[in-house]
Amino acid sequence: MAKGQIVAGCLAPHPPHLVYADNPPQNEAYSEGGWETLRWGYQRLARKLKNIEYDAIVIFTPHWQTYIGTHFLGLPQFKSKSVDPVFPNLFRYNYDLTVDVDLAQAMHDEAHAQGIITKMMTNPDFRVDYGTITSCHLLNPEWDKPIVTISSNRNTHYYSPEVMVEQATALGRACAKAIEESGKRVVLVASHSLSHRHFVEEAPLPEDMSREHIYNHSQYVWDMKIIDMMREGKSREVIDIMPEFTEQTMAETEGGGLIWMLGAMGYPKFPAEIYGYQSVIGTGNVVACWDPNDETREHVL
Amino acid sequence: MSETNEPEIIFGVYCPPHPQPLLSPDANAGYAKLRAAFDECRRRIEESDADIILVYSTTWASIIGHQIQALENAVWTHVDDDFHYLGSMPYNFAIDTEFAHAMKENSEKRGLEARTVEYEGFPIDTGSVVALQLLNPDNRIPSCILSSNMYSNRAETIVLGKAVRDTLAQQGKKAVVVVVSSLSNRMFTEHIDPAEDRIHSQKDDDWNHKILEFFGDGRLEDLSQLSRDIHGQIRVQKVVAYKPAWWLAATMGQHNNYDGEVLAYEALHGSGGAVITLTPASGSVGDKEFDEDDVEFYRGDRNVLDRGMLE
Repeated sequence: MAKGQIVAGCLAPHPPHLVYADNPPQNEAYSEGGWETLRWGYQRLARKLKNIEYDAIVIFTPHWQTYIGTHFLGLPQFKSKSVDPVFPNLFRYNYDLTVDVDLAQAMHDEAHAQGIITKMMTNPDFRVDYGTITSCHLLNPEWDKPIVTISSNRNTHYYSPEVMVEQATALGRACAKAIEESGKRVVLVASHSLSHRHFVEEAPLPEDMSREHIYNHSQYVWDMKIIDMMREGKSREVIDIMPEFTEQTMAETEGGGLIWMLGAMGYPKFPAEIYGYQSVIGTGNVVACWDPNDETREHVL
Repeated sequence: MSETNEPEIIFGVYCPPHPQPLLSPDANAGYAKLRAAFDECRRRIEESDADIILVYSTTWASIIGHQIQALENAVWTHVDDDFHYLGSMPYNFAIDTEFAHAMKENSEKRGLEARTVEYEGFPIDTGSVVALQLLNPDNRIPSCILSSNMYSNRAETIVLGKAVRDTLAQQGKKAVVVVVSSLSNRMFTEHIDPAEDRIHSQKDDDWNHKILEFFGDGRLEDLSQLSRDIHGQIRVQKVVAYKPAWWLAATMGQHNNYDGEVLAYEALHGSGGAVITLTPASGSVGDKEFDEDDVEFYRGDRNVLDRGMLE
């Protein structure tokens, strides 16, 4: 059996606004559009993924928040309706997805073997979080690949951002080893924003783009700093500065997704592909991809 | 807005959000005691002539202002993110929609951002599900649930409580008010044998006992004034502040004139879980001069950087 490999790593923010703006048949809410910079970036990245051969998407989500270790989806199918608890007016999405349980179990077992607290989630009534659904929908609207969702163990709040770096990196390495031993080709997804301060009021028409802007300039400057480092292939440096970035901007990196992904990919030194940056209700969001293949890696933006 | 509105609040309940008392009460003697305490509250609610059970849940986080559950029949099967292996929690709640919509209007009149949520399948949080399933299993009394805005601090939370008073007085409804919150909220970060559950640390336990002493003495406003200390000492910093005592005091009345009763205090995977009742009374531990001001209307965050000098 050939060694498995990570064929791409995507930073894929999950504001439900992006699915709302797309008006897919699965979502009950209707919009007049909005947030095109991110959505068009997502569409271009989705087209790229169509041209990459892979077996599964493994996604790390901050909206499945677990305090007792890291949990993995552990049943082959989940079908239900996801309603965003914060933006239910925008996101009521009927999903029907498949899970690569063998891969989930392999990652669980490897992480467990390395001393990480883990749990398989096997309750059929469990509702898959909207972060998973939003990012996966935008990266693969056909839902024709199985997924594995990994929960966010809340180390930042319980301990510190530095502990999160250590824990999520260890988890990433364990997942990478399990992927390699599985023989599968996998796309990793870190589902989150960068800076993450929201406005606490919403425009009467949520997709009114005349109302959309970053929460404050400090958030923007920090986001640009991180994106510049991504462009320059300084992923190790991104992780080094992550604790300060997270604290200064209330960044959603606090959930550990990007740390996990870059750790699993061995801190790539090649440039990230940048597909778009835009604010959503004040938060900063970038769509980016790390493509380890020198022949297919692009300078997108 | 009337400043003399005096709603009739029959009693208040403070209870934990964890699902063990609902799903696995026999796994630990402490869980069984918490369950028995919930059952006692349920019995008292049934014997009261309450018109509404009003829940403020710290496990329902909101961002766009304060959300108010307004779906007349909220039906779903909930599964907890951490404790999914304990089982599912089917629910069917009868929501007082008249209260919910008036609550939104009264919140806005006091300067708050507020909105009702009225969507089939809306994910009602673990804490609210546990509380309403145990306190009102047959939907004998209509309920309503309020979110806890993750960015709100004291002023907003106090004003939210006053908007509840406005609404109850306006509608002439007698209420049982329920706060869903742990005391200390640090859980063990590994899986444990439930039989060996205990409070995470001695410090957490000491603080919990001090809080319970205050509750037992009916010193609700004193606890409200201590909220920032409690947050710093025994709360994992997930949100900006420990708000339950603020909301409960603002809703029930900002004083110490209560009969407090601690029905149970036990560990829930390391966190402090207590079931407590507070009943309005005439006696008082005493009025004091408090550090924290009262506030009637919310006028937004005051940004000290906006103005360099007073005009």
